[in-house]
Amino acid sequence: MNVSFKAWAIGSTMLMMSATGAFAEVVFNRGNSADPESLDPHKTSTVYEANIVRDLFMGLMVHNAKAELQPGAAESYTVSPDGKVYTFKLRAGANWSDGSPVTANDFVFSWQRVTDPATASEYAYLMAPVVNAEDVTAGKKKPAELGVKAIDDMTFEVMLNAPTPYFLEMLTHQTTFPVSKANVEAKAADFTKAGNLVSNGAYVLAEFVPNDHIKIVKNDKFYDAANVKIDIVNYIPTEDRSTAMKRLEAGELDSNDDIPTEQLAELKAKFGDQVRLGPLLGTYYYAFKLDKAPWDNVKLRHAISMAIDRDLLAEKVWTNTMIPAYSFVPPGIGGYETSLTEYAETSQLDREDAAKKILTELGYGPDKPLKMEIRYNTSENHKLTAVAIQEQLKPLGIEVSLLNTDTKTHYGHLEQKGDFDIARAGWSADYKDPANFLDLCKSTAGTNYGSYNSKEYDDLMAAAAAASSPDERMKKLSDAEAIGVARDLCVVPLLHYGFHTIVSSKIKGWEDNVMDVHPSRFLSKE
Amino acid sequence: MLRYVLRRLLTAIPTLFVIVTISFFLMRVAPGGPFNQEKGLNPVIKANLERAFGLDLPLWKQYFVYLGNLLRGDFGPSYNLPDFTVAELFAAGLPISLQLGTAALVLSLVIGCAMGIYAALRQNSWIDYLVTAVATAGSTIPTFVIAPVYQIIFGLLLRWAPVGGWGDGTFANKIGPVITLALPFLAIFARLMRGSMIEALHTHHIRTARALGLSDYSIIVRHALRGALLPVVSYAGPAAAALLTGSIIVESIFQIPGVGRYFVDAALNRDYTLVMGTVVVIAIFTIAFNLIVDLLYAVLDPRVRYE
Repeated sequence: MNVSFKAWAIGSTMLMMSATGAFAEVVFNRGNSADPESLDPHKTSTVYEANIVRDLFMGLMVHNAKAELQPGAAESYTVSPDGKVYTFKLRAGANWSDGSPVTANDFVFSWQRVTDPATASEYAYLMAPVVNAEDVTAGKKKPAELGVKAIDDMTFEVMLNAPTPYFLEMLTHQTTFPVSKANVEAKAADFTKAGNLVSNGAYVLAEFVPNDHIKIVKNDKFYDAANVKIDIVNYIPTEDRSTAMKRLEAGELDSNDDIPTEQLAELKAKFGDQVRLGPLLGTYYYAFKLDKAPWDNVKLRHAISMAIDRDLLAEKVWTNTMIPAYSFVPPGIGGYETSLTEYAETSQLDREDAAKKILTELGYGPDKPLKMEIRYNTSENHKLTAVAIQEQLKPLGIEVSLLNTDTKTHYGHLEQKGDFDIARAGWSADYKDPANFLDLCKSTAGTNYGSYNSKEYDDLMAAAAAASSPDERMKKLSDAEAIGVARDLCVVPLLHYGFHTIVSSKIKGWEDNVMDVHPSRFLSKE
Repeated sequence: MLRYVLRRLLTAIPTLFVIVTISFFLMRVAPGGPFNQEKGLNPVIKANLERAFGLDLPLWKQYFVYLGNLLRGDFGPSYNLPDFTVAELFAAGLPISLQLGTAALVLSLVIGCAMGIYAALRQNSWIDYLVTAVATAGSTIPTFVIAPVYQIIFGLLLRWAPVGGWGDGTFANKIGPVITLALPFLAIFARLMRGSMIEALHTHHIRTARALGLSDYSIIVRHALRGALLPVVSYAGPAAAALLTGSIIVESIFQIPGVGRYFVDAALNRDYTLVMGTVVVIAIFTIAFNLIVDLLYAVLDPRVRYE
């Protein structure tokens, strides 16, 4: 019975493989944390969506295997002397998957579509540097008034409000990718369905079975199709990370974008170098409610920040898959010098002594204990982090209580400026630029959960936005971080995120990088 | 009988209406909304999203719009998976959950009842103890333990079946989820069947049947079993509704694209339309199986008549 079942299983698998022609084709089974919310590049927001959309579509600029910037749908570009007008020459022969050419009109249509309030694009704010983008998204101007135009079929021009050094890097984000005007107009809301979707990337959509797989196949109309070595990529949602590890071991998956970090030691022993760890551009932080006593006292905020042993959090709670953080902007952004809190280099013992001194000065002690509630969203590691901090603050006489709510309740409460003492949040970079983090502390930012309100900081951010040179801009941003984060603790940086992926040794060309970007077109499989 | 069925079906309509109404408003009482997330949205963009999904309307208006759409069979788009309508998500996932659930139900009913009957007939023998032990283990070991153990033994060590995935619904992909789904129910059916069979075998009419010299087969199958099946059938109704509408644990661990995960994920994501869709589906299954159970009572128990 057992033998016959085994024979049947092998037989049916062989039959399936031969039926799909799998013997001849190179198939990459790529584990991805979750299914995309959408395959419409203008409606995506998450990292796991970006992984798929990046394979299907190509923006004006792309990241190569090392996440270095290189021309994509644009063959070349010129920048006006004032740095405010970019003119892109589109790549000749770069067609849509239906064979029609990608034109400048497709880009005009796409960028207007992103900013159009009717599209309700979550990432429309990314377009803010483009002339009139914010007004279009707010419904104050028409999409046709957006600062973009098609000079001719192959020349696309973008007008910016101010010189924007990160503009080209921004173009690697899927929100700026083109969609085919003809395709969207013909299929309307159904244009993202398999069989309908026309794309200009290295792959085209073949199947999308929710919660099972997304099959994309090599696009033979892609301009560089000759160098695309993997024929089929199956994106498989792997919400259960433990199962993903077993499927990888059984050869059902070739990679997964996440690992159960609590099993790191065993996974390293089993999979060796196939487990990949490294820094990412992201920060795990806590925010004090700054418009409420006693958290409006900056000395008190620093005392608590100093008493938190980040090394211990990184090592014990996060098994070294995170890095202790003393700045909001993570290291790794070229040309930017992070501004660290002044105790970044001192020992934890000295920090704790300093913290005790401040608390005593402020009158806190056994007779008047400081009480603080940590709010965090549901996750085992968020809980362990909060519990560890609770334990670390206890010797200082701080009575910490914990409040856990689900993610929607947590962020709903923070966005509506509900009451709290200190709350957990996180941010990962959309593109390599410090402003992507520092904008969160601007007094007008919706994600300024702590309600930080400093004219000095806002002015520095405004000065950075209007800076005449990239160096000057980076200096202003660094100054802003020194004021807002290092001095005022608009957020309390705790840890910088790291990527923790697992990639079979059969997959070649996977280069670790701070954006954790790995387009399938640059990979191959043995 | 037919009039009774029609009457029950008609009363299901106001029941569904009440369920939909309560669920709609309860969902909105939950704090947070579909567009609250780790990467917070700026107010302008959030307002655009709310407008696109009609969440900017007053709540009573949203309710009537939803009700109107529902009457036309339109469950609306999923808020968190906007490429799909709720109907499309169920059309893709429900057949899969139904396949697994039906197989698990049949397996657990047939084996569970057989084990229960056999144990009852051999009361206090080693077989009876074995069945009781298996039944206790089956109902106490959680599925999140059974599933990974199955994966390790059959997927990794023996390599007889895939660790996970649906793989176009091949037998090898289904067997793990079906066994995992079936085991707890099999255990409960076995215990229920054993208990009620022992009780039935001690009733006066069975004793009379024995005294009249009827064969064992006739006594057990024609007389004892009918009455003994009643508690099993009572439990089988809600069990069937639960099995056929999928299990988040089994579907997540085996990475099966059924609808079980929607019940929890949709609520956590405040995906209002998907939550309402799942509520309607569960309600319909529960109402239908309660009706089936009541009808089976009439078949099994001559004292029950629906006129």
